[in-house]
This record gives sequence, C-alpha cells and structure tokens, in this order.
Amino acid sequence: MSSKPLFVGADVGASRTKVVVLDSEKNIVGHCVKISGTDFTSTANLCLDTSLNMAGAEESDIAKTISTGYGRKNVSFANDTVTEIGCHAKGCYHYFPTAISIIDIGGQDNKIIKLDENGKRSSFKMNRKCAAGTGAFLEEMSARLDIPLEKMDELAKQSEDMVKLGSYCTVFSATEVLENIRNGKKLPDIVKGLFFSVIRRITEMDSFTGKVVMTGGVVAHNPFLVEMMRKLIEREILVPEYPQFSGAIGAALYAMEKELVDIN
Amino acid sequence: MVEEKKVVRKKIEATGIMNKYMADYFYELDRASKSRDKKIAWCTSVGPAELLLSMGFLVYYPENHGALLGTSRMSTDVIPNANVIGYSPDICSYLTADIGAYLKGVTPLSKAFEGIESVPKPDVLVYNTNQCRDVKDWFGWYSRELNVPLLGVHTHRNPTDIGENVVSSISQQIKDLVEPLEKISGNKFDLEKLKKVVALSRECSELWKEVLETASTNPSPLTFFDGTIHMGPAVVLRGTQQAVDYYKILLKELKERVKNKEGAVEDEKFRIYWEGMPVWGRLRAHSELFANLKACVLASTYCNSWIFTDFDPEDPFTSMAKAYSELFIVKSDEAKEKYMKRMIDLFKIDGVIYHDAKTCPNNSNNRYGMPQRLEKETGIPSLVINGDLNDLRLISDEQTKTNVEAFIEQLDENKR
Repeated sequence: MSSKPLFVGADVGASRTKVVVLDSEKNIVGHCVKISGTDFTSTANLCLDTSLNMAGAEESDIAKTISTGYGRKNVSFANDTVTEIGCHAKGCYHYFPTAISIIDIGGQDNKIIKLDENGKRSSFKMNRKCAAGTGAFLEEMSARLDIPLEKMDELAKQSEDMVKLGSYCTVFSATEVLENIRNGKKLPDIVKGLFFSVIRRITEMDSFTGKVVMTGGVVAHNPFLVEMMRKLIEREILVPEYPQFSGAIGAALYAMEKELVDIN
Repeated sequence: MVEEKKVVRKKIEATGIMNKYMADYFYELDRASKSRDKKIAWCTSVGPAELLLSMGFLVYYPENHGALLGTSRMSTDVIPNANVIGYSPDICSYLTADIGAYLKGVTPLSKAFEGIESVPKPDVLVYNTNQCRDVKDWFGWYSRELNVPLLGVHTHRNPTDIGENVVSSISQQIKDLVEPLEKISGNKFDLEKLKKVVALSRECSELWKEVLETASTNPSPLTFFDGTIHMGPAVVLRGTQQAVDYYKILLKELKERVKNKEGAVEDEKFRIYWEGMPVWGRLRAHSELFANLKACVLASTYCNSWIFTDFDPEDPFTSMAKAYSELFIVKSDEAKEKYMKRMIDLFKIDGVIYHDAKTCPNNSNNRYGMPQRLEKETGIPSLVINGDLNDLRLISDEQTKTNVEAFIEQLDENKR
C-alpha cells in the first residue's frame, strides 16, 4: 500500500454500477458509472479499473473497499458491505451535515431516509414492490413514447399544459399516456406529466423533516424534475455535486471509517 | 467477495415429541375420515373448539392447513386454482391456497404423513368471524361444495373494551350452536365435559404463555420462528391432555436454556418484535437472515394470539365468549397499541417489524398509522416489510433483505 491510502465505494445498483475512489482527505480522485448488466462482478471490476486510472493509482493503493446496492455481495474486491440506505445516508450527510430528508430516485427503487442533526438515521422507507415513481417507470415510458431517456428533461421543460396522470400503476399509466396521445396532447406535456407522476409517488411515501436532499441517477440526469419537486413541496432542495454517486461516496466513507477502527 | 456469515441457530430438542403428537392428531383424523366412526368438525382457529371437543367431534383446523400449504411452498402453485373460480388474489391467501389445493386434489399432509391422501371430510363447518369475514366465506364455499352444514359465531369487531353486552351476545351465539351440534353429532351436550375441556384449554394456554415469556430473558432461548412451529399443539390440540403434556416438556427445555444462558441466536445483540403474520414460505430464510445479523426476533402478537387467559371452567360459555373476543385482532387500535407497549416493555424490544401482508388486511396493523404513533410514544424504531403469508408472488426477497439489514444497521448506530 502506498503512503497515500485510497478508499473505494462500489454501489452496484439494479440499473447502474457506480464506483468512487476517495483519497485520505475525502476528495473524489476517481469515479465511474456503467450499466450493471448481467455480470455484476465484472462490471464492478471495469468501473474500478476506470476509476483507478482516473486517480492515477493502482489496486495496491486501496486501503479498504465497501460495496453497497443490490449487487453488493457480488463485488470481488470489497472487504465488507453496507446497505444502500446506510451508504446514501453517509454520503449525503458528508455534504450536508445537518438534519436532512434524503430522496433517492434509483433505477429500481426509491428511498426516503431521514437523518437527525448528528447524521443518525431516524427512519427510512423504500417504495413498495412496484415501479411507481422509479427510474424504471421513466425507462418504460421512454420506450413506449419512442424518445431517448436523455431527451426527457429537455422535453418536460418545454411543456405549457402538463397532462395529469392519475394512476400509480406503470401499466395503467401507459394506458393513460396512450389515451392522451390519441387525444392529440403534445409530447412535452405528456413527459412533464410523467415527471410529475414520479415526484407525486415519492411525496406519497413519507413526510419530510429538515432540509430535503435529492440524489440518484434520475435526479442527476433530470434537473427539471428537481425543479418540479421544489415547486410541489415548496421547500428548498439540495443536490450534491455528484447525485448519482451518493451511495458509492457513502460506501467509500464507510471504508475509511472501518479502516480507522481496524488500525486502532 | 464478501463471505456470507453463517450463525448457528439452536435446535429445540422437544421438536421430535411435538412431531409425534402432530402425526397422531392427523392420523386420528384420517382414520375417522375414512371409517366415518367419529364425527369431524372443521373449526376456525379461534372458533368454539372447546364446545366441539366436548360433544365428541374430532376438530380439524383449515387455517393450520393453510399454514402448511405455505411452509411447504405449495400455496403459490395452487392459489391460481381458486382465483379462476372467482376468489380474488387480493383476499386471504389461506383461503385461496386451501380451496385451490382442494380443487387441485393436493395436500401437504400427503407429503408429511404417509398414507394420508386428503384432508379429513367434515360433518360440520363451524366458524367465528373474530378474525375476519374471510373465514366465513372460506367455510361457506366448502359447505356448498360438500353439502355440509355451516354454523358460526359473528363477533363484534374493533371494540376497545369487551363489555357485558358483547360477552352475552357471543355467549348466547355459542349456546345456540348446541342444538344443531347435538343433531349432527348424535351426542347430548354435557356441561361437565365442556368444563373439563375448557380447563385443559386454560392449562394449555397458561403453559404456552410461560413458554413464550421465556423469551423475555436475555438472551432469549427461543425465536418467533421457533414459536410459529411449536404453536402447533396450542392451535390444533388445545382442549386436550396432549397439548398440556407437550408444553410441560417444551417449557422444561427452555427453562434449562434460560438457566444456562443459552440464546436461540448466537451472540444475540438486537431484540426484535414481529407484528403481523409470518411469511410461511420464508420461515427458514427469515430466521437465518435475522440470526446472521445477531438479531433475535423473539416475540410476536401472532404467537401470543393463542394465549387465552379468560377461560374459566366454572363459567365455560361466558369465559369462552370472553376468550374468543379478547383476541388482539378483534380489538381497536387503541387497545392494540396499549398491548404492544406492554410487549415492547416486557420483552425489552429494540425494534418492531410490521409485516404488511397484502392479502391479510385484518392482521396487518401498520395501515392506520400505528407504527408512527408507537414510535413517537415509545421511541422504539420500527420497519414495515411488504409481503404476504402465503402468496409468494407478492414477495420481493431482495427488498426484504435490504430493508432488514438497513434496519439492523440503524439499531446498531443507535446503540453506539
């Protein structure tokens, strides 16, 4: 191990794998995100290689690695695992060290995690076994509407008369979307309606205490959705610099903490 | 790769004896079903079993069969058979699994007990709606299908206190069963026999309570998952000497464990209360999940539901009415919360898990804000997991696992 040990967090989500490399000053010196695919272990390895390249470091420089996410048990280079709830909490509190409610919108699930002013979790909730309000819902709808996922944010912004979608079932929502297309509604209005459906589902999960922080891939790629949430809940919303990497950053911070415990 | 830690779960030695009692029970029912020399009553789990036993019926409990369909993981295969005849996938999955198994001509009893080919044929079906309306609908289907009389008790639901008017109503309803049951059984009602059965039910109940309360010690000698298996005699043999004998044996073993400070979970660190139905098809998986996190799920409303402290042999009808109506599931949220607070205190609970069972709204107590209210009052954190008692189509194992692991992480942080 070099004199400047590195700490790695690997967040293998259902949709994307994220790896972050932190130096001992907690600076992000390398990061990478890839589609998780069907081989979580090799995707995590690829992400690690890219992140280490970015950091100009080698695997032997890593002091400790913590993995998280659905595929946390599939990371060959991890020393231990922590749940994504714990890692998102740790990652967000690092940037916003106060009482916060974290909204994480992932590919497969949503989370609302509440932390007190000391960063301790007071409660957490995950969405029920349903795609409502998740990235998977937007992926399904982008395919239905035949528009690339990355164009959705731009389209939603152009809306002048948002379509209201009532159902929280992805299949029923798809039917509603088809009905709106048939009735000649404009695409931007439908896409904004889809965004609104996502944020509505999340606000139905729990109440918010403290400041609200939003993270996750959906947040990273759709800043307009954050804007819409701000209007809906009438509260300021904080977004960390790397919203998609919050879980991986939290995992790397856990790695650092655990290394300190081991040394002592 | 991070190795999965495996923690040893202590086996209960008395299990073999219980299995023999249970086998004897099912073989006796099977013999009677084939020879027709004894009358068989099907009864809901907290129906008037004491009256039925006193009148010479052998008593069979379809809910127990529902649980066996769950533990054997046959339920998800047979539920669709009930769905297609109009019983929705959203209603009680004991009902849909049991009716589905009948329609498909299968039973887990055949796998467990050689020579048993089907569930015993009933001469009468007797329900008590104290748990839910589904039990009446369930028995009603069999009544029409098998042309067997259907009798029952309709319980007043959601009171906070069981008043005199409720007790007298239920007591009268039980008394009203005597005449038709005399006709079906061919036996005259005998008050002395009923008193004897009620006395045995009371004794069984008190022993079962003592068994469960051994878990209040630290470390706990048994888990909720053990409880769901060892409650078998309390469910199907209450009112008999066998149940009393069995719980004396089990209690002795658990007291020995307490004396030797032997925990059911190695290095017990977290003490968890389970509220709601078990996930029958995941008992082992859940038991291992918690044990590997050094968490002992050691108490539950579910196992406690077979504690009937109101049984009084000197006043059998009134006390049966009280015992059947004082069930947790019958009461208002106000009464349930009072009870939960007592349990959290008695068992020194660190966290409460609510199982939101999709097909069992009556026994999913998280749906009207109870977790939030209790957390506020007790400061004990809680977690809701989505699942079901029998329909494995409604379960996400990965989501349950992540939720439970994250909850234990939270409790761990709080202990620091």
